[in-house]
Amino acid sequence: MVTSIIRRLIQAVFVVVAMTVIVFIGVNVIGNPVDILINPDANQAERARVIAHYGLDQPLWRQYLLFLQGLLHGDFGNSFVYGRPAMGLILERLPATLELAISALAIALVFGLPLGLYAGLYPNRVSSKLIMSGSILGFSLPTFWVGLMLIMVFSVELGWLPTNGRGPTLELFGVRWSFLTGEGLRHLLLPAFNLALFKTSLILRLTRAGVQEVLPQDYVKFARAKGLRERRVIAVHVLKNLMIPVVTIIGLEFGSLIAFSVVTESIFAWPGMGKLIIDSINLLDRPVIVAYLMMMVLLFVVLNFIIDVCYTILDPRVRLDSKA
Amino acid sequence: MAEHDMQETLPEPGRLSKHLADFFASPAAAIGFVTLLVICCLALLAPWISPQNPYDLMQLDIMDGRLPPGSESMTGLVYHLGTDSQGRDILSGILYGLRTSLLVGVLSAFAAAIIGTTAGLFAAYMGRRTETVIMRLVDLQLSFPTILMALMMLAILGKGVLNVVIALIIAEWATYARTVRATALVEREKEYIEAARMLRLPGWRILFRHLLPNCLAPVIVIATMQVARAIGLEATLSFLGLGASVTEPSLGMLISTGYQYLLTGLYWISFFPGIALLVTIVAINLVGDRLRDVLNPRNAS
Repeated sequence: MVTSIIRRLIQAVFVVVAMTVIVFIGVNVIGNPVDILINPDANQAERARVIAHYGLDQPLWRQYLLFLQGLLHGDFGNSFVYGRPAMGLILERLPATLELAISALAIALVFGLPLGLYAGLYPNRVSSKLIMSGSILGFSLPTFWVGLMLIMVFSVELGWLPTNGRGPTLELFGVRWSFLTGEGLRHLLLPAFNLALFKTSLILRLTRAGVQEVLPQDYVKFARAKGLRERRVIAVHVLKNLMIPVVTIIGLEFGSLIAFSVVTESIFAWPGMGKLIIDSINLLDRPVIVAYLMMMVLLFVVLNFIIDVCYTILDPRVRLDSKA
Repeated sequence: MAEHDMQETLPEPGRLSKHLADFFASPAAAIGFVTLLVICCLALLAPWISPQNPYDLMQLDIMDGRLPPGSESMTGLVYHLGTDSQGRDILSGILYGLRTSLLVGVLSAFAAAIIGTTAGLFAAYMGRRTETVIMRLVDLQLSFPTILMALMMLAILGKGVLNVVIALIIAEWATYARTVRATALVEREKEYIEAARMLRLPGWRILFRHLLPNCLAPVIVIATMQVARAIGLEATLSFLGLGASVTEPSLGMLISTGYQYLLTGLYWISFFPGIALLVTIVAINLVGDRLRDVLNPRNAS
């Protein structure tokens, strides 16, 4: 098991290095930073000074090494717009995004798992068919449009819930959170529900498929033949075997929730990383873009690594494979 | 083995008509298909059937801005779905927007399918080093969500519809490569490939004339679904201001311009383009869902 974990670790490091090269080449070579950094009216001397200041006159490999050096220190340079370190800006907004993503994941699990279980256990009931058609709609509805419609119905027409911002926050462990205040919770509800919609459908369908795969298995038949109560068969024998795909999905989808929060955050003016990156792309704020991309790469590599390790622990077959 | 024999002995023309009959046996799929056909016709015929050319600024009258559905302009033109802030007829905007959406969707799904399928075939056929390199790249790509890859590409390439297409291709090719490789690995072991090798046919010929046609079924299914995904993603990116320009709006852009007016109760600028987008995506997904069932070899026997 240790060998396989070490091997995965090496792969993870390789992925991070590969992505630094891609992002570096992409941003520094394909996009021309000089055009972005320098006022078009600047004279020749001014241009040369700025180029030298950012090290853009250096050979490419040295620029890359400088980039890596900065990366290791978490230094991506100052934001052109805010004039503050890019990494700091992103970390400042991380809690808001995390809060949104975790809430959305919780909503998706609370709705997706039981509904999927129900649809899988009783596939021929009309209610199950309704649930499944509903999930197709959940897949097809464009998230941003649903967000707008939520605002239209619950904020504009009914006036129940606020449309933007986080509302008042409360400090816990040195970080400010919305869900600790009633008003903040009201602000959180619509965006979290919006972000959760797609994932609810996904978890629902996955759970249903899993249930239908597990039910005909011999160990479920055996459990029933032993005379175990239906509740126990489902809770222990069915649910336990569903956990492997579900754990993978939770892990993977948590990352994708953070990535997809760019949309929800833009609609509900939620002050998280996603809104920051969209603003930065629009304003060509290069240091913030690079810092965000590297941060996401790191996040995904770490998540994938954790999932792989969980796999090895949960599923003995993976362990045996790596020994062979 | 039984499946394999079935496929070999099935007569070619009979198979197609059987698939067609299978496909239309589902009412949902039939509705989806007809809806999609209508949408495609509307998009194709947009310049002739839409009341106004929404991209021609000369035809827009700012005085007609933000009119509710059913209003009439000074010239007697009826705005059935209202107008946006520029005085653009929403119905015409939707018809033209559909053109952009469908074009982006089909173009990116098609290009990604060609690149991904070729990569997957090569990986399966060549094996060894080539396979490892391609599949590592696929794994790398698939470990990041599409929207992140697309954002990364747009951050590098800059805004614009063409760049959105490129971003979508780069974000989606890996799905095809993985599926095609898996299918091709199974097909590679079958007798007809062995026979083709015995005949000493050139490698490219075995690859594209013998292996490829037998790996196409999953590609068709994925490509259909990807068109829907690409349309949704293009709309999302345009909504975020990274895609279509304000003067030539796509559906996402129309929804985006309506966003600020939504809060004051002017719902129609965002609402109707959204419905058009939704109907398109659902129709494609219904067709794709059914195609998957029909083309799945497990259901053939």
